[in-house]
Amino acid sequence: MTAELLPPPIPAAFLAVEPELPPLDEAQPQAQKPAPPKTKELVIVSWSGEYDRVMPTLILASTAAASGVSCKVFITFWGLLPFVKKGRRITGENWMQKMLSFMQRPGIDHVKLSKMNFFGMGPWMIRSLSRKYHVATPPELLEAAQALGVEFIPCQMTMDMFGLKREDMIDGLGEPAGAATVIELMTNAQASLFI
Amino acid sequence: MPEAPVASIVDARGLSCPMPIVKAAMWTKSVTSGELMELLATDPGSVKDVQAWCRSTGNELVEQRTDDQGVFHFVIRRS
Repeated sequence: MTAELLPPPIPAAFLAVEPELPPLDEAQPQAQKPAPPKTKELVIVSWSGEYDRVMPTLILASTAAASGVSCKVFITFWGLLPFVKKGRRITGENWMQKMLSFMQRPGIDHVKLSKMNFFGMGPWMIRSLSRKYHVATPPELLEAAQALGVEFIPCQMTMDMFGLKREDMIDGLGEPAGAATVIELMTNAQASLFI
Repeated sequence: MPEAPVASIVDARGLSCPMPIVKAAMWTKSVTSGELMELLATDPGSVKDVQAWCRSTGNELVEQRTDDQGVFHFVIRRS
């Protein structure tokens, strides 16, 4: 009765089969072939033109470039406005585009806070604190980012919608592009952020 | 002390994140491999940041110390 409960004996032929592993010296060279060193990439979508979002965008972009990470920033919607040249007050062609630029002053020196703006009181206080604690300003960070090779790519669609021309934008921007370009960049990059 | 003389001093005292790193990166663009630089900073965050930056760029952090005035000194060799 106890003999019936034991597992059937393993056939001798089964035990005799050698595992079919390729010899080590043939398998190794392919597995250990060093991959060509690929530059790490960071893609940031900068959608907001607000001070408290432009700052981390510029800080991360310039630090990435400083650390040897290739960094591209896609600037779209409100995110375009800080990249309008100094002195361009009213932009666009029709009254609605002009009205938009009137209500939301473009340029990196005029970015507002996303909260506690209080008609400019909030940004004024943040700027005073930044000066006191020697924090770099958005224009300084933008200059550093561009000098280190960060590529800012404007969104063609929103440029058209806001009536912004290439000559309205600061120098050194990349070729305007669209969503498919960003998707390709983001899916190939090691990290991507939407700020 | 480093064996070769420090070729340049990059002063980032008084500057906060990310400017010490930005200044260090600007220096690497202007010098050749093997050159030494002393980076001065007062931002307490720069201690960890300089170490991380050296790891990700391959530049070597040869020496790191804090002087009696609380200034951080980093001696970095360009990779």
